[in-house]
Amino acid sequence: MLKTFPTGGVHPPENKLTAGIPIEYLPVPPNVVIPLSQHIGAPAIPAVNKGDYVKVGQVIGTGKGFVSANIHSSVSGKVNKIDLAPDSGGFKQNAVYIDVEGDEWLDTIDRSKEIKREISLSREEIVKKCLESGIVGLGGATFPSHVKLTVPSGKKCEVLIINGVECEPYLTSDHRLMLEKGEEVLVGVSILMKALNVASAMIGIENNKPDAIARMSELAAGSFKGITVHPLKVKYPQGAEKQLIKALTGREVPSGKLPLDVGAVVHNVGTAFAVYEAVQKNKPLFERVVTVTGKMVSKPGNYMVRTGTPLIRLIEAAGGIPESTGKIINGGPMMGKAVSNTDVPVVKGMSGVILMPAEESVRRVIEPCIRCAKCVSACPLNLEPYLLMTLSEKSMFERAEKERITDCMECGSCSFTCPAGRPLLDYIRLGKSTVIRMARERNLK
Amino acid sequence: MSSTVLITIISLSLLAFISAVILYFVAQKFKVYEDPRIDEVQAILPAANCGGCGFAGCRNLAEALVKADTFEGLNCPVGGAPVMAEAARILGKTPAVVDPTVAVLLCNGSPDNRERTSHYDGAMECRISNSLYAGNTGCSYGCLGYGDCERSCKFDALHIDPLTLLPVISDEKCVACGACVKACPLHIIELRKKAKKDRKIYVACSNCDKGGPARRACKVACIGCGKCVKVCAFDAITLKDNLAYIDAKKCTFCRKCVVECPTNAILEINFPPRKEKAEVAAENVN
Repeated sequence: MLKTFPTGGVHPPENKLTAGIPIEYLPVPPNVVIPLSQHIGAPAIPAVNKGDYVKVGQVIGTGKGFVSANIHSSVSGKVNKIDLAPDSGGFKQNAVYIDVEGDEWLDTIDRSKEIKREISLSREEIVKKCLESGIVGLGGATFPSHVKLTVPSGKKCEVLIINGVECEPYLTSDHRLMLEKGEEVLVGVSILMKALNVASAMIGIENNKPDAIARMSELAAGSFKGITVHPLKVKYPQGAEKQLIKALTGREVPSGKLPLDVGAVVHNVGTAFAVYEAVQKNKPLFERVVTVTGKMVSKPGNYMVRTGTPLIRLIEAAGGIPESTGKIINGGPMMGKAVSNTDVPVVKGMSGVILMPAEESVRRVIEPCIRCAKCVSACPLNLEPYLLMTLSEKSMFERAEKERITDCMECGSCSFTCPAGRPLLDYIRLGKSTVIRMARERNLK
Repeated sequence: MSSTVLITIISLSLLAFISAVILYFVAQKFKVYEDPRIDEVQAILPAANCGGCGFAGCRNLAEALVKADTFEGLNCPVGGAPVMAEAARILGKTPAVVDPTVAVLLCNGSPDNRERTSHYDGAMECRISNSLYAGNTGCSYGCLGYGDCERSCKFDALHIDPLTLLPVISDEKCVACGACVKACPLHIIELRKKAKKDRKIYVACSNCDKGGPARRACKVACIGCGKCVKVCAFDAITLKDNLAYIDAKKCTFCRKCVVECPTNAILEINFPPRKEKAEVAAENVN
């Protein structure tokens, strides 16, 4: 019997169309727009001026405060301007516009292919390196990694959990990374283990990636002490932090607490790879693997892309936008959001781009709730989505707070499973953001 | 048979009598004195319970009016000056002078003026759309048109125009309760001072972007050029974040700024039609 988390969850069609396609390097575009806010927390402050010449890997934005991250140039060239640019939701953010000239990397970056396994840096140095290199969680939440590696006094990390679940349908970027860069990922995991001072790490991989499980198990058994690979039953949202901890260790993170409260820290395989590159190769985070896929896409694939590349370049590499496309989704089909234009830049948190055919992307007709409670059984956090939606709809936010609306991680299992096509998550998200704002205002008083 | 009926009647009557005596004494003991003027004031209030005064309902305002030393800060926007004067008469106080206001939409982004750049098919509520993305046009500040304001209006004063997809506010019906101001997630409805014949001059735009992007997103966007500020002789116009704002209290309705605006972002409402320049010249000659 394979492990999984016990409560709720759904199993959407997997559609992993690009699982067998190797990672391809996308050519450097003629110009890039690098947003200064590619992470959760305070936006970075521009560190370059208009007209400056920057090299690949140079810091162009410095993190402001503890929960923030540095931003590095992904190309070499001249800074055209520092101005507002729309993000994938259409909201304008500060960004650095760079006109590309050649591809000149900083001399400090080790560009050799050879895998460096010896970890020479101390614990503090590793955390500092992650901070300097702008490493953020690449699973999608983009939480600055150095914060997660700094264990507050009084708390102890007992086990490091590596998320290779990739429970979102369609996406295969982590899958390909494990297959092609498995050894680098494992060195990255060892670095993270050293930084957190733990003896064991568990890698969770869903059972629909048998090749990745085999490859990682083989590598880990060979020469990585303390790292174990665990196949998991396919179930969405297993890639969520709390669900993965429960599935692998049986420990439950209580409402309002952090994984560290049960002695666990979770990092994504993509993050482990980025940590490897930062610590061993001195290469900051400025490129990532993005899955470009969709049923009608002529050349779907996994691409290594520099941040700041316009989305349309990536789509063109995959054969352009098919005529039947209804929505272009940034992220997975469950948690991703439709983009409002194709000029938005690729950012650190973009794990996939899905070109959904029109007939698959339409919303269902909203019908009255039939009290079937499917959403209640599907909720992995034991919430009552139908109730939270009604409370938000009626603006009863105090009651919604009592019903633990802030526990919701917005996985969308409720909306997915609702037979009446009700937009549960849309309303819950509204209620959640309102409740968080209300709580913040209350705390200020 | 008859004795059963008799016993029942007697015992129930006895029970009723005893209960009545207990209730009488309890009522005397726990009597709460309430100012009779509260009822009097409440009777003259409009009983709309709209919350426009800032209280939960009309009775709460009546209580506050009776308790308050002066009427400063207390006003029923629905009843307006006559109702407040009546309340003041009952309570023997002087009513505070409050200018009547009316709701105004600070956006003119109809589909003709503002091109739609994407199609939104989520829940048809402005607040939901606004929590998902910046809206289906290039302007992230303007009206979304899904009618949160319309649903919030208890006075039937506000309706979404099917052609412009913008709310149309009836000056007659609007009581300035402020429900739509609160309902709008973009905060683009303003309560402006009412003028003679419902005349209005205001900047119908909320776009804080620089001139170029604002104009590209919408033909009638305020581009923050500042021409209106220069032409205004009464210091009524201020420019902040690339957006002009006309202070209704200072504006004298001279209409000079309206002509000056290069994007027609300033609207003049309920004015007689302008005379053509040629006509004016001809009149002067005569």
